[in-house]
Amino acid sequence: MDHLTDEKILSLIAQANQIRQSIIEMLLVAGSGHTAGPLGMADIFTYLYFHKLKHNPKQPDWPERDRLVLSNGHICPVLYATMAHAGYFPLADLTTLRKLGSKLQGHPHREWLPALETSSGPLGTGLSQAVGMALALKLDQGRTSEQMVYCLMSDGEFECGNTWEAMMLAGKQGFHNLVVIIDRNNIQISGFTEEVMPLEPLRTKLESFNWHVIEIDGHNFEAIDAAVGQAKAVFNKPTAIIAHTIPGKGVADFERRFEWHGKPPNAAEGKMALKELRTLGGKIKSEHE
Amino acid sequence: MSSQNHLTKEQKLNSKLFELSVEQVPIRSGFGEGLVLAADEDRNIVGLCADLVESTKMLAFAEKYPERFIELGVAEQNLAGVASGLAAMGKIPFITSYAMFSPGRNWEQIRTTITYNNRPVKIVGSHAGVSVGPDGGTHQALEDIAIMRVLPRMMVVVPCDALEANRATRAIAKTNDPTYLRLAREKTPIITTNDSLFKLGQANMLWEDEKPAVVIIACGPLVYNALQAARKLLPEGVGVTVINNHTIKPLDNKTILSEVKRTGAVVTVEEHQQAGGLGSAVAELLATNYPVPMEFVGVKDEYGQSGTPAELIEKYELGTEAIIEAVQKVLTRK
Repeated sequence: MDHLTDEKILSLIAQANQIRQSIIEMLLVAGSGHTAGPLGMADIFTYLYFHKLKHNPKQPDWPERDRLVLSNGHICPVLYATMAHAGYFPLADLTTLRKLGSKLQGHPHREWLPALETSSGPLGTGLSQAVGMALALKLDQGRTSEQMVYCLMSDGEFECGNTWEAMMLAGKQGFHNLVVIIDRNNIQISGFTEEVMPLEPLRTKLESFNWHVIEIDGHNFEAIDAAVGQAKAVFNKPTAIIAHTIPGKGVADFERRFEWHGKPPNAAEGKMALKELRTLGGKIKSEHE
Repeated sequence: MSSQNHLTKEQKLNSKLFELSVEQVPIRSGFGEGLVLAADEDRNIVGLCADLVESTKMLAFAEKYPERFIELGVAEQNLAGVASGLAAMGKIPFITSYAMFSPGRNWEQIRTTITYNNRPVKIVGSHAGVSVGPDGGTHQALEDIAIMRVLPRMMVVVPCDALEANRATRAIAKTNDPTYLRLAREKTPIITTNDSLFKLGQANMLWEDEKPAVVIIACGPLVYNALQAARKLLPEGVGVTVINNHTIKPLDNKTILSEVKRTGAVVTVEEHQQAGGLGSAVAELLATNYPVPMEFVGVKDEYGQSGTPAELIEKYELGTEAIIEAVQKVLTRK
């Protein structure tokens, strides 16, 4: 399972494409929600849920599972789509996103979807919770446990004071079991991060908080796999993986544009996006046309 | 009748309650002792602190169970979130700071990560009220009951003395509810004994009268002042009952409504803003069930300042004399 073969990479690429299509379909039905972040993080979610995580979609509360905390809850369409494709709940439920009574709340709420590790939406609170989970594992299992806590965050969340409080505690604790993956897509709701509030030099900042830092192309499955493997091998520090991603990845018209941070596609844009994804950007003919 | 005859017998209160030599202990010390006892029984209890381990009285726990104690530094937002993560893994976290900082500073983290997630985190806010004294208004939490009781699922507990704080600490350790426990800094009289009744969510009648004209509903260390007020009103021929309402949420509707129906007038007493605290909780209950004249002893939409605790209790009209005046005023409105 752990070895990432060429065959496995091909299947992950195909799976990520399916998840991106589901994201567009969900947003079209919901009529509101975020587009750029979910598309940009589809490869990392696919890698985790279809290759790396110790988890069991048929028994979400399996005690020995790895924990995955999504801190920037607004990209939940990618979380929901990935979980549905992984078998946590029927794909048909994806069309209930943001509807009254839906398990797929506009921002994740674990009481509506108990398979979630936590609720999120207000930025900057996820890492604290992941640190608490890593602490509990360290208390119960010592420093040699295999069980991991993954925290997925946005780059904008590094503008939150709460994030740095959690970074400081994790550095103090020297966790071996905590991996943060930062979606470094350089956009936030008002514009480019470096114009709203510069984060660079982000790597140096993280390292100075006693973290091990790796920078990767967040769309390259081999790079993601190597980084997560290295993170698990580093014993005396928590690891931050700065994943450089393209917001809106997979739909050329959406890519790299912060305007797509917080809005859904309209009907025409959605149709175009789905066609582009189904035909792999026009490389193949889609049977759905 | 003497004062002792008015004290509710089943409550088995401190027999020296009205003597000058009554033992005085900070309520926060009772929490510290209770936490060690709770931790002796349950290894899932962990303690987290934001650089105030001595003054919040978590030190005894930290020394006895160093592996279960986590120092987070001056970082109250993280305090709430880390506790939520620990609770997600089956731990029972107690988090301590001054009430001004937790829950004062970290309200949104408490809402999102603790109550919205329904995690059994125990938020312990020490140094609440003006009786903090010389540190001044920045450190005197007067809004904490309000901001905690409006959160769905949050239990809110305000013990009246150190012994009750000890028992409240052990009791909240055994529930699955997110809970706010409010503590005071100063030494205050011991009202209860280990044989007194204590059950979360159940208000206790401490002072009875055959024909009471007013019910005084109090919480925290001012319960002592409420009892003193009841005693001083006796010679004036004014009979009252006094309820120690240690659990503000869930409110003991049954006991409160029963006493209100008996007396037809209410005075609430708390070291908190008049807005949003115990008085508001009682008013919400009565407005929809049994409206009667009511007076609020509490801080009147202002901040505290430096001074001795006794000076501040008098200055902000929270003490025995203020309670007596409130009783007399509410009587004129009946």
